[in-house]
Amino acid sequence: MTQNVDEIFERICTLLKPFNKKDIAIGKDTAFSIDLELDSLTVMDMLSEIEDEFDITIPLNMLPDLETVGQFTDAVHKLLSE
Amino acid sequence: MTLDLFEKFDPILNDYNSLPEGAENPFTVSMEKVLSPTTAIINGRETILAGTNNYMGMTFNAECMAAAQKALTDFGTGTTGSRVLNGTYNSHKQLEETLKEFYDCQHAIVFSTGYQANLGVISTLAGPKDYVVIDTDSHASIYDGCAMGNATVVRFKHNDPDNLDKRLNRIRRDDPEAGILVVLEGVYSMLGDQAPLKELTRISKNHNAYVLVDEAHSIGVFGETGRGVAQEQDVEDQIDFIIGTFSKSVGTIGGYCVSNHPKFEALRLVCRPYIFTASLPPSVVASATKALELIASTNLRSKLLDNSMRLNKGLCDVGFNMGTTGESPIAAIVIDDQNTAIAFWGEMIKEGVYVNLALPPATPNRMNLMRCSLSAAHSFAQIDFMLEKFTLVGKRLGILQDKVARIQNLA
Repeated sequence: MTQNVDEIFERICTLLKPFNKKDIAIGKDTAFSIDLELDSLTVMDMLSEIEDEFDITIPLNMLPDLETVGQFTDAVHKLLSE
Repeated sequence: MTLDLFEKFDPILNDYNSLPEGAENPFTVSMEKVLSPTTAIINGRETILAGTNNYMGMTFNAECMAAAQKALTDFGTGTTGSRVLNGTYNSHKQLEETLKEFYDCQHAIVFSTGYQANLGVISTLAGPKDYVVIDTDSHASIYDGCAMGNATVVRFKHNDPDNLDKRLNRIRRDDPEAGILVVLEGVYSMLGDQAPLKELTRISKNHNAYVLVDEAHSIGVFGETGRGVAQEQDVEDQIDFIIGTFSKSVGTIGGYCVSNHPKFEALRLVCRPYIFTASLPPSVVASATKALELIASTNLRSKLLDNSMRLNKGLCDVGFNMGTTGESPIAAIVIDDQNTAIAFWGEMIKEGVYVNLALPPATPNRMNLMRCSLSAAHSFAQIDFMLEKFTLVGKRLGILQDKVARIQNLA
């Protein structure tokens, strides 16, 4: 059962709510460090929650390539399709 | 226009430049003279050392110093070479024999630092098709060992067996054949909390994973013969690799890994942080060997933990918000505001007490800590002096008064 990208994006947005301190509008271009002002430790905590939400393994090695919510969504989509 | 390579450091440099100058800057402090394991001259003043990881007070042990001086005279200042070239003396082999006896195990490899032991063992053992599973609060050397290797790296929530189980389940579901190395620490250095090794190793073994435990802060401190938390919790037979350091309880510098794996010695042929660096100087090897013998044959552990409990309890009683309980040699006060923590450090050094200022990202949960590591060599009088100064500075900075005021407001 493969989820479509939009569904994954919506679920990630829901998970991001507690991290969105300034309550900005989240789009696929939203960057974790610049727009959400999250430090690398917070991004790693968030990654852990996304792993549990989707029951997948997101290796730490992938983190440097995941700068935006859109990139994260695509990565989760890819991992779910494998 | 070409980019300045240093531009990326501007934010951290700005933070650094806003620190107080001179004696009150925690990152430029230096010791003019070291008088004993617990005292030094800093800024011209005799200062109590309350943050040096010198758990056994081994740095000035007469037997260790004599052994080091003899080795210095007999073998010179350094080996100037790798263990696999000219850098293996009989004493390096003797130190490895001493480690095998100390841990009652079949193999021991000595590295030039503890950092390199983690870097080398983790990056080499776990290859491209393998997984390394680490605790969120792991030491930088563990993270760096992961970054240097080619394995897939997965993190689990600090000391959380269920969270580890979930991750190992997923890895096994997706890759039933994968080699998995779970990396744990006996004692986590910032707050001194022990890993629940019994549960974590049981879960790891259920998933056919190897277990590595870093006992850097627990060798000498825990276990019947000072081997660490694995011995204390009686799970040594479940641990595949123990890593440790000579730079804390052992009182010098260097790292090691011990194991009963039949092919363990292969690491000497493939582990780059072991091969491509000079071996430990003979004097260091001699004092480490002597210190390990002393740790195994003398029990300073109860004195050390009594000292820690006295400081932890005292700080808690006067109203500090403690991150530690006194069950390890660490006493850490949690301070909400980072600038207050920096000021606290400066006031303490002026009062003649050296402690560690620990700030994020080196701390768990973004805490600002005034961190003390106790020594068996501290006297109760020194502990009481620390307590007096902590209380004085806590009141001066309004941290303790706030607490009293809060209680009064509640009443």
